[in-house]
Amino acid sequence: MEDKKLITVYIEDKPYRVKPERSMLDACLTLGFDLPYFCWHPAMHSVGACRQCAVKQFRDENDKKGMLVMACMTPAAEGVRISIKDPEAVEFRSKVIEWLMLNHPHDCPVCDEGGECHLQDMTVMTGHVYRRTRFKKRTHRNQYLGPFVNHEMNRCIQCYRCVRFYNDYAGGRDFGVFAAHDNVYFGRQEDGVLQSEFSGNLVEVCPTGVFTDRTLKAHYTRKWDLQTAPSICVHCGLGCNVIPGERYGTLRRIRNRYNGQVNGYFICDRGRYGYGFVNSERRIRHPYYVTCGASGEKEENKLDEGKALPHAKSLLQGAKGTIIGIGSPRASLEANYLLKRLSGPENFYAGFSGRDFNLVRRIISILTGGPIRTPTLKEVAEADAVFVLGEDVPGAAPMLGLALRQAVRQKPVEAAKKSGIPVWNDYAVRMAVQNDKGPLFIAASAATRIDPLAEGVFHGAPEDIARLGFAVAAAIRPDAPAPQGALPEAAARLVPLIAARLKTASRPVIISGTGAGSMAVIGAAANIAKSLLESGKGPGLCFVVPECNSIGLGLLGGKNLKEAVAAARQKRADTVIVLENDLFDRLSAPEAEALLAARQVIAIDHLPNHTVSMAHMVLPAAAFAEGTGTLVSNEGRAQRFYKVYVPGGQIEESWRWLAQLLAATGGAEFFTLDDVDRALAEEMPVFGGVPAAAPPADFRMSGLEIKIPRQPHRFSGRTAIHADVDVHEPKPPVDPDSPLSFSMEGFDGRPPSALISRFWAPGWNSVQAVNKFQSEVGGQLHGGDPGKRLIEPASKGPSLSYFTGIPPAFKRAWDKSLFLIVPLYHVFGSDRLSALSPPVAELVPSPYLALNPEDARDFTAREGAEIRLLIEGVSFRLPVRFDASIARGVAGFPFGLPGLHGVELPAWGRIEVKMSGWAEKSAGREWGEGEAGDV
Amino acid sequence: MFSILRAIWTVFLHLFRRKVTVLYPEEKPRIPPRWRGRIILSRDPDGGERCVACYLCAVACPVGCIALQAAEDEYGRRYPEFFRINFSRCIFCGFCEEACPTCAIQLTTDFEMSEYYRHNLVYEKEDLLISGPGKHPGYNFYKVAGLAIKGKDKGENENESPPVDVKGLLP
Ligand code: SF4
Ligand code: SF4
Ligand code: SF4
Ligand code: SF4
Ligand code: FES
Repeated sequence: MEDKKLITVYIEDKPYRVKPERSMLDACLTLGFDLPYFCWHPAMHSVGACRQCAVKQFRDENDKKGMLVMACMTPAAEGVRISIKDPEAVEFRSKVIEWLMLNHPHDCPVCDEGGECHLQDMTVMTGHVYRRTRFKKRTHRNQYLGPFVNHEMNRCIQCYRCVRFYNDYAGGRDFGVFAAHDNVYFGRQEDGVLQSEFSGNLVEVCPTGVFTDRTLKAHYTRKWDLQTAPSICVHCGLGCNVIPGERYGTLRRIRNRYNGQVNGYFICDRGRYGYGFVNSERRIRHPYYVTCGASGEKEENKLDEGKALPHAKSLLQGAKGTIIGIGSPRASLEANYLLKRLSGPENFYAGFSGRDFNLVRRIISILTGGPIRTPTLKEVAEADAVFVLGEDVPGAAPMLGLALRQAVRQKPVEAAKKSGIPVWNDYAVRMAVQNDKGPLFIAASAATRIDPLAEGVFHGAPEDIARLGFAVAAAIRPDAPAPQGALPEAAARLVPLIAARLKTASRPVIISGTGAGSMAVIGAAANIAKSLLESGKGPGLCFVVPECNSIGLGLLGGKNLKEAVAAARQKRADTVIVLENDLFDRLSAPEAEALLAARQVIAIDHLPNHTVSMAHMVLPAAAFAEGTGTLVSNEGRAQRFYKVYVPGGQIEESWRWLAQLLAATGGAEFFTLDDVDRALAEEMPVFGGVPAAAPPADFRMSGLEIKIPRQPHRFSGRTAIHADVDVHEPKPPVDPDSPLSFSMEGFDGRPPSALISRFWAPGWNSVQAVNKFQSEVGGQLHGGDPGKRLIEPASKGPSLSYFTGIPPAFKRAWDKSLFLIVPLYHVFGSDRLSALSPPVAELVPSPYLALNPEDARDFTAREGAEIRLLIEGVSFRLPVRFDASIARGVAGFPFGLPGLHGVELPAWGRIEVKMSGWAEKSAGREWGEGEAGDV
Repeated sequence: MFSILRAIWTVFLHLFRRKVTVLYPEEKPRIPPRWRGRIILSRDPDGGERCVACYLCAVACPVGCIALQAAEDEYGRRYPEFFRINFSRCIFCGFCEEACPTCAIQLTTDFEMSEYYRHNLVYEKEDLLISGPGKHPGYNFYKVAGLAIKGKDKGENENESPPVDVKGLLP
């Protein structure tokens, strides 16, 4: 069925039907033509700066002369006639490249962009071969831009994409273009770490090798030599699609994998640079069991190939009582499910902290129980009014922050559109929009990085944030429960404004999540969404969850970890299996110790941690790039990630260890991932979509027997890589779990979207090849974007009722040394796995306690002075940081930083000033201190 | 009968022809300089390693018998951390030499590489690196590339102007 809104354009005198409101460049690329470009970017549209996309435009079929125009600045209108092949246009384009190359250094062999360079591709495409100029080349000095991005300014072709991305699209403020005429310089005002959490995208946005991946440089490999597979980022709950690349058995880099509904063209620096933990020296590579040495110290006994399973089996069969399983929100759905099978549902405990358990359960009951839809990231970016309730969006889920930066542009861009400016005409739109912003309101514990974009901001305790939310819901629909008593003045002022903005919006979105640690905040967000729904809107309700599989684990069920502690304390747990989890992150130290005091503890994990150090047997688990499995994102999207390479040692996917244990102890037999997914889908209807999240292992491209290769067809060195060990080339590993092969041979066309291992097309070696994989530029991938949403709003059935349980207003403790300690989030640090990667670790802030300066004055006049904080019997020694955005009586505690864990926030804590007799120790936790009941 | 006699006669005549058999190995044959024999890695005129670990030879190699890993010294100069050629696979096609942008990898006139064990045909960088520039005496890649390395700052190349003063506005 043809869309009536399509128009006809003529390219080389042939008619084509295309969508209007696009540029001709966009239309040409969508139609599959090869037309060179530089400054145009599918997410940032046209500015017409580079003159590379020149084509001939003709007035009508009789016009033989035509005129050169820039395709990216030519609207696709009914009857537009252009020619790409016109000799004059061809020559013009090759001259443009030649000019751009005047100053370009002779760098390709030592340039990290080489082999995936848009400039190389376009140079070849236009046919410019020999340098004719005899003049000297302009040179530039480079800058140090931090641990993520390398700078080599000589290679710049002045396309302005970097500034347009960094400043205009991602809202960065520490980057720009300097100098004049042909000297323009792209960088920072002085050397220093790039401040934007999206800086790594410069690597992909820049069409040349000016900005390259600094972490890749440390173990440089060309794109054609990387073995890659589709994967999912594991560093927050959003489930951005990524492409990890491997060479010689180590992970080399992460690149964005386009998914039109999720991350689009970009990922954040946490996801791009957090991979280092996979290559860690400390990885557990062999199974071992622990015995007590002669002098009483622990001895690790490595188990040889084939010995681990019998040992684990004997442990399980020798269990003198209950075997309990503790799942993990960072392990795959399959691993959690098989653990649940192994321990039995009654002995399976979701590995959340007690607080997260309740919060995630509430989120799931809201999403699955009612008619409210949770939006995709793309839909958030298209929202025209947003209210963030209790969440530090950039800190907890960076890419959602990038989506909000686009959402605030929606309203003004619509206004520009009404005045006749097409959306793709980026510069004109930005001139029309100026600093106008659409409605965004933020209620959070402290200032967040997107506060400057917001129309209204409220900072307060979680109780007051929740009350603000309830008040807004009541203002939208009077039948929604309203909070008793007055709101803080700053909040009360916002209520009518927020309500009015949300009510008049056509695509309002409410964002909340587990970040505030408050059930009431989540309830309030649901009430606002419900009140909007009842007033005839289709609101989106988006929840931020802490980990990559929080929703998957929540849907799978399981009991609260606190109950496991109780069971252990009552000696009802004989054997404990801990799946990819450090219980000391989830429980207080005494609780975790009580649980791990069980007679036998088996830990399955990839890196040593406190829990692993207390286990009696340890099985080495695959990290995300070494295994295949499914994760469920905050949106309820089940997405498959694939083994990129076979890790060394005896590392196996957690689910495979568990499947083998299950079979060994007489349970059901699962051989492949598909077996597990099928069983899961049959057992729990909510997971019915999991097998369909990606093609099954026996999938083959129609009529072909061959698999889809993980290695590019140019993969080099296959007869030399292993030659130092053995001159006989090893047989490639088999992969029973996916239609992908560990080889360069196989189907070389365009695979289904969930199986795209790299973006490459003939003539398009750079990431710009993504155009060839989309059904329209910036739209979905051919065959639909990957992943399967498990949760869709119920159109019929019981509708969610309003949450009541409105908390009383936050009241400062009478005792001035008591504070409500709330968690604060950091892009680098709040996620533990990425913080283990050396380049990310460089940017993790050192621990602190944030206090309102007015409050801080009661203890110290000096920022940075050390105080002691006691929370539920745990004591921390921390320097004070002044933060005027924090409410009086509230203190901010950086979540997840090394050394800062084992407490559930928000909680009341006591602050003590430094007393004589304190040992001078660095900030952080004082182990073993703190008596229960101290607070 | 006649043909047998004719054959004997022909063989007899050969006694007076010039000998083509070379008494190898006592006598060495003359190998033309463009012969494609054992591969070496050369050095630039300054004595530095020429190979910049660009991977082009490896990707050009039709049998995939070159593997290497790039590394960088503290001044930004690239070199291969390891460089391995599996001569038991090499077909001496010379594609690697043709692909090399720095004239580092070169095929030589040496063909005497027989070994009793295949693994002795796996050459590492120590086995490949020679002490001179080989067939291309003058070329020094870093004199034309834009990268700064030790002893050569930005703008000091053969064909470069000094670095731009970003604060200057003069035309
Ligand atoms: S930016 Fe591209 S064209 Fe320029 S040196 Fe690097 S690889 Fe070569
Ligand atoms: S640095 Fe890269 S993105 Fe920026 S103007 Fe130069 S070539 Fe374009
Ligand atoms: S000569 Fe041919 S086969 Fe031998 S290493 Fe070079 S490219 Fe490979
Ligand atoms: S092509 Fe030349 S410079 Fe590049 S890796 Fe091979 S030998 Fe080294
Ligand atoms: S892409 Fe059209 S002018 Fe740059």
